[in-house]
Amino acid sequence: MSARIGVITFPGSLDDSDAARAVIAGGAAAVRLWHADTDLQGVDAVVLPGGFSYGDYLRCGAIARFAPMMGEVIEAARDGLPVLGICNGFQILCESGLLPGALIRNNHLHFICRDQRVRIEAGDTAWTADFAAGQEIVIPVKNGEGGYVADARTLDMLQAEDRIVARYQGNPNGSLRDIAAITNESRTVVGIMPHPEHAIDPLTGPTADGLAFFTSIVTTLAARVGA
Amino acid sequence: MSGIEATAITSPRKVDTVEQAATSPDVQQPWAELGLKADEYQRIRDILGRRPTSAELAMYSVMWSEHCSYKSSKVHLRQFGAKQPATDALLVGIGENAGVVDIGDGWAVTFKVESHNHPSFIEPYQGAATGVGGIVRDILAMGARPLAVMDSLRFGAPEHPDTPRIVGGVVAGVGGYGNCLGLPNIGGEAVFDACYQGNPLVNALCVGAMRHEDIHLAKASGVGNLVVPYGARTGGDGIGGVSVLASETFDATGPAKRPAVQVGDPFMEKLLIESTLQMFKEHLVEGIQDLGGAGLSCATSELASNGDGGMRIHLDRVPLRDATLSPEEILMSESQERMMAVVHPDNIERVMQICAHWDVTATVVGEVTDGSNLQVFWHDELVVDVPPRTVAHDGPVYERPYHRPAWLDARQADEPTPQRCPRPGTAAEMSEHILRLMSSANLCDREWLTSQYDRYVLGNTVAAMPHDSGVVRIDEATGRGVAISLDCNGRFGALDPYAGAQLALSEAYRNVAVSGATPLAVTDCLNFGSPEDPEVMWQFAEAVRGLADACLTLGTPVTGGNVSLYNQTAQTAIHPTPVVGVLGVIDDVRTRITMNGARVGDAVLLIGRTREEFAGGEWAHVIHGHLGGSAPAVDLPAEMALAAVVRGHSRLITSAHDLSDGGLAVALAELVLRNDYGVSASFADAEADAFTMLFSESVARAVVTVAAHDVDAVRAACELAGLPSALLGLIVAEQSLAIDTDAGRIHITREELAVGWSGALPAIMA
Repeated sequence: MSARIGVITFPGSLDDSDAARAVIAGGAAAVRLWHADTDLQGVDAVVLPGGFSYGDYLRCGAIARFAPMMGEVIEAARDGLPVLGICNGFQILCESGLLPGALIRNNHLHFICRDQRVRIEAGDTAWTADFAAGQEIVIPVKNGEGGYVADARTLDMLQAEDRIVARYQGNPNGSLRDIAAITNESRTVVGIMPHPEHAIDPLTGPTADGLAFFTSIVTTLAARVGA
Repeated sequence: MSGIEATAITSPRKVDTVEQAATSPDVQQPWAELGLKADEYQRIRDILGRRPTSAELAMYSVMWSEHCSYKSSKVHLRQFGAKQPATDALLVGIGENAGVVDIGDGWAVTFKVESHNHPSFIEPYQGAATGVGGIVRDILAMGARPLAVMDSLRFGAPEHPDTPRIVGGVVAGVGGYGNCLGLPNIGGEAVFDACYQGNPLVNALCVGAMRHEDIHLAKASGVGNLVVPYGARTGGDGIGGVSVLASETFDATGPAKRPAVQVGDPFMEKLLIESTLQMFKEHLVEGIQDLGGAGLSCATSELASNGDGGMRIHLDRVPLRDATLSPEEILMSESQERMMAVVHPDNIERVMQICAHWDVTATVVGEVTDGSNLQVFWHDELVVDVPPRTVAHDGPVYERPYHRPAWLDARQADEPTPQRCPRPGTAAEMSEHILRLMSSANLCDREWLTSQYDRYVLGNTVAAMPHDSGVVRIDEATGRGVAISLDCNGRFGALDPYAGAQLALSEAYRNVAVSGATPLAVTDCLNFGSPEDPEVMWQFAEAVRGLADACLTLGTPVTGGNVSLYNQTAQTAIHPTPVVGVLGVIDDVRTRITMNGARVGDAVLLIGRTREEFAGGEWAHVIHGHLGGSAPAVDLPAEMALAAVVRGHSRLITSAHDLSDGGLAVALAELVLRNDYGVSASFADAEADAFTMLFSESVARAVVTVAAHDVDAVRAACELAGLPSALLGLIVAEQSLAIDTDAGRIHITREELAVGWSGALPAIMA
């Protein structure tokens, strides 16, 4: 039986259909979840897609964090449910307290969309198992508030615990220490600012480099069942 | 019923009722302040058999405005219908919110370009943002899921101090709205010219797709069906001139100052799209209309006029943002992100559920009646009682006088001869001119601008900027998709508006063709100065005639579009700027051609005839600031032949790039800049001198690359199609542009090209 991965749609989610397409391309079944529901439908993992949930009003991700479905996700994530937050999803994870730090306005004050080279620093999270550490990939980055910030102690801790999952090669937005993606202590929750779901097919993306995030979770879940 | 249902909670005001209007014929009304002419006001009185109420006056004045009624342009625009080419592709033509084209396999595509010029000068961010929002709702109202947007932008001189304000605001507005709405921006153009100082042009295009059976039209039929506005609440934005009525008719209790430009909320528009598409999916909607210009006045009168009965509206039930609004203001408000659906009573509960699911406010405000009139009530008092057709469709039509400008002969005689515009004689001079062109405002890298637009969202973008066309996949299973390009060179229009419109069409058609698509249909945004100036009116008439004639020849019907007049400051009008969008179909987007994809060793072919044509072109503009002479000759049969050759050999052609602004020099430089390889060419066998080969802007030409063993096949096809072709040279590993000419060897490295090309736009914005 293939893995079942939930994709949550909030009002203002934009990349939810892309995320579902990528989940399927990675070999899992995509289960569409609605922000206002509270039933995770027994999914094996969850993707929080990109977009502008609630129009980014108040602060990116600040309202979505209180969605009924997020209450379930936060609880399940603390029990080990793998969660991938992409862009706005990363912002929601930070607002939820599942990941440390915050995403702020890009240092150049413009929205930026470009093909971005990033280096995978940690190939042992639930979402990067199919990568080798040090591998360089190109996937789109597109954000207005993608600058990762945290206090120096947190940044030192992320580095010491090898929780920086990916770094920009050529920083697009002023993220501290070139951070593009981080993970939690149990290495099951990953927040990433660039968009792997937009790079699963060279026809519609710059590369197919992003697909490995979605095959990685299938690998991880299969290993869990086998264990 | 769900959703928030607050309505105006103020006590009923003293309003001008139909009853009062019938008994007080001599009341002075501010028709002139509302932009109506004396004979137009009299016509309203004749239609109604009494004076209009102030609410009726508001409706007529806005619906009979140039913007809504096309009164100056209508007599000319009829040619698009009269000269419409025979085609099976057209499912819905001009007159609806947008035209609809059959692209095969049961798919229908709708697309349209529309201007938001004047608001974008006053408030660039919101003006541009709401321009995107408005065109997206037009596409949505046809029953389609919006798939992508494009923008055609024109700004003043790059060195003018006000230019960065307009550019920065417009680009942030187009991006801010489209990005937050979740529609990829797949291309467009950005042009700088002093003639647009004070009159920037913001033309936005949206394309959407649906199954044939899902096409919806804006009509209200079925007695007893309910009229349901939904989306944003109605506020005091975009009311404009109607405040005259408010202050004259009532005490000045309402807010005195109204923003002239509406404020957009893309988040609400996203919810509007999703809720509307769900209603379509469940077949809950009998008719639908977006609320754009003229707001409720337009939506109610058009829905009723297109239907088979009357309509009764209770205006006091319309959800408001500002409870002090008068009935006239509610009718006129151009608050954004609103739609109006006509729903059978059996379906209303489900419609309300869908709106509640998406947190969209929806309210039943009226119904379709078996009468003939549109009746609007304000707290049970009848304030509007009009035949809807007289408001929506039977507005005034002007036969404005026009004549050929006396100065045009002198301009056309002012050819860019070697005496007036000295030409480069040596390879070094030609190299220098190439570098100056590549770093000029209109030819430099657009990345500063396009990087602010999301081109990836929805995951169906196959080509976006900087490719010749935007290409979008419609059907994931089959790969069926469309290619679209938006183009215009206003300088050609200034030399000859008839040819200028045809050249805009030619370029857009060619851009779509070199992507491997079959051009199918056209949308246009006709930007001109004041129609009250007979010379401008002549330019307009000529441009429409030219476009209609060329569309007939090319077999691509005009499906809809927009006219923007009065783009002028004092007596100075903009160049005639008929922006033309061409849509083509590709059976499988995996076969599309872009300007990337050649391999080292591939042959570089130039297809098409090169003539000595520099007037209105980039070389004359950038190097000499010269505008005069005859525009390049239009050659529509050659465009069709080029399209057929490229389409027929899309599997052999490894890359293709059209020749337009700046000619071959710019096309080859772009190939070098946009790839990790170089071009080594020679003009030894060329049909013209090196200068002409480099900078002429003759039409119907493209540079294509093919593997060495396919050269003969492609050249034979060109010959068969009556197109000259020249083997220019090879794709080489060295990243530079090298051309052997009779004036010496041109050799420019990629780095040399990139410096000025990449830095120009950031420097303008710094």
